[in-house]
Amino acid sequence: MRRALVPVLAALLALAPLVPMAGMKQYVLHVMIQILIWSFIGGAWSLMGRFGLVSLGHGAFLGLGAYATVLLWNFWAWSPWLGGAVAVVLTAILAAVVAYPCSRFQVVGHYFGLVTLAVGEVIRLLIIAERDWTGGSLGVSLKPVGSDSLWALQFADKRVFYYGALALWLAGLWVWHRVDRSMARSAMEAIGEDETAAASVGIHVTRFKIAITVLSAALTAVGGVAYAQYIAYVNPDTLAGIGVSLRIVFAVVLGGMYSLLGPAVGAALTIALSEWLRIAFGLKLIGMAETIYGFLLVVFIIFLPAGIVGSAGGLLRGGPRYGPPHPPELVAPRRSRGAPR
Amino acid sequence: MIDPIFLAEAAVNGILLGGVLALLALGLNLIFGVIDIVWIAYVDLVMLCMYLVYFLVQVYGWPVWAGGLAAVALGAALGIAVHLLIISPILGSAPINQLLATGGLLFFLQSFATFLWTTDHRSVRLSLPSYDLGGIFLPLTRVIPFAISILALVALYLFLTRTFVGTAIRAVSQDREAMGLMGANPHRIYLVTSAVGGLMAGLAGALLIFLYSVHPFFGGQLGPLTFMICVLGGLGNMVGAFVASFIMSEIISIAGVLWSTEMGYVIAFVVFIVMIFVRPGGILARRG
Repeated sequence: MRRALVPVLAALLALAPLVPMAGMKQYVLHVMIQILIWSFIGGAWSLMGRFGLVSLGHGAFLGLGAYATVLLWNFWAWSPWLGGAVAVVLTAILAAVVAYPCSRFQVVGHYFGLVTLAVGEVIRLLIIAERDWTGGSLGVSLKPVGSDSLWALQFADKRVFYYGALALWLAGLWVWHRVDRSMARSAMEAIGEDETAAASVGIHVTRFKIAITVLSAALTAVGGVAYAQYIAYVNPDTLAGIGVSLRIVFAVVLGGMYSLLGPAVGAALTIALSEWLRIAFGLKLIGMAETIYGFLLVVFIIFLPAGIVGSAGGLLRGGPRYGPPHPPELVAPRRSRGAPR
Repeated sequence: MIDPIFLAEAAVNGILLGGVLALLALGLNLIFGVIDIVWIAYVDLVMLCMYLVYFLVQVYGWPVWAGGLAAVALGAALGIAVHLLIISPILGSAPINQLLATGGLLFFLQSFATFLWTTDHRSVRLSLPSYDLGGIFLPLTRVIPFAISILALVALYLFLTRTFVGTAIRAVSQDREAMGLMGANPHRIYLVTSAVGGLMAGLAGALLIFLYSVHPFFGGQLGPLTFMICVLGGLGNMVGAFVASFIMSEIISIAGVLWSTEMGYVIAFVVFIVMIFVRPGGILARRG
């Protein structure tokens, strides 16, 4: 039954645009497109997050991917297909440059989180500082072509984006599944538990860590490109820096970091929640919606530490199939410090 | 070419800013070192204390010292509240959950401040004289916060080294299991640590309101920098954090004059990233 879950879900989602929703249709599609894109990004984050590599700087990869594509299109009219490819390569290089010394010098735990957080802030501040190119903190809009164009990846009809985002999300699940079934998973779990022990049985710690970081970052950049093409506007505060990085981690941890559909459940919940609060409060009581959102996040984290899928999965199936090898607190040692002093 | 006198003034400003940054960094570092949790929302507590001083002094006409004391009290109360309401229920959870719980607090505080006080920038301006030291402009509004910071840091040092509770706090940061075996109650120590950490945040807020204007997203301005300073100095290493505060504030101040404010921060963060690879244990750690 579980094997059929993803195909059934995908089929149901594929039918969604055909359901008559009267005037609500455009809006529902808009929310669902966002959920699919952020699920994909969350899935990319969880590729490394589930192995104890908790990155707080995925905003850097997201922002680099989105900005590179948009700027290449606006200034040199490079198609997003080409610009996106360049952006993904740039992001992969950035990830490798960060991951190499982190793996080499055993920067783990809190230290890894703070280094990646610094990377995210560097990208955000660079975007703001280079305001002649990037529009600074005001952001920049994608130059419109005026008609539907596959070359420019711009469409007036939301359904095109919807099916694109659905395909992207399914591709992300496929990558997650492949990693889950591979040797790399066992190797990464061993590394996450004890690097020295893993190295002693012949696992190339540095190589595996860099590979999973680059994969995660590259997919995040793809998500950034998709988001930028859909919204047609990029802004350093929504696509880079701590805010968005934390939102990604929140969605994943809330849904369940160790399961295939966890990031999707988390993204759906957080986006639906913030959209609902936004509508409920509208233009009155500015800030109230986000206040409740923040409050609920704290409550969820305290009362559902294993995430929704993690907590519910244990009850439904009598034990998770995609589970952490050990309880979470053993995966990332509490007192993980840098290299031995 | 930039006049060397501007660079000298930037260097002096860097030192003056470094004092207040050290206050923030040492407060966070204390919590970091003892409870082993990163309070992502630490600088947002500072933001609340800044608002308190603003309202008491600017709106209700309290004297400056009374507003400052109220902010210190609020800071300590917030530290205790955060520990009791958020941290202590999840002390046994995975580190990422602990981090995210305070991350949620960050969203909560920022939006709640927006809701209550809108996004207007507010500041308290004092008209105090400035001194002219051979062309270097030395405003008293910056010198006094610096002096108070240094005094507070000395007091913290004496508290940690000369009192029984301070010694217990340092002992827990070295080995919490052993401390439990010695009959000390770690939870009480955590509570005291959170209160002291919050108190430092309150004092920093009371000083920062005279240097910067406050707005709901103030935490995003100094927050990341404060984490970097803690790591750069070495987690739990107080002297290291103190030195690191001045290194970072000098970089920001001087690069800010040479290029732009944003580039100052970019260079400071890049220095941080490089340093963590060169000296993962902190700048003052002995290589072993």
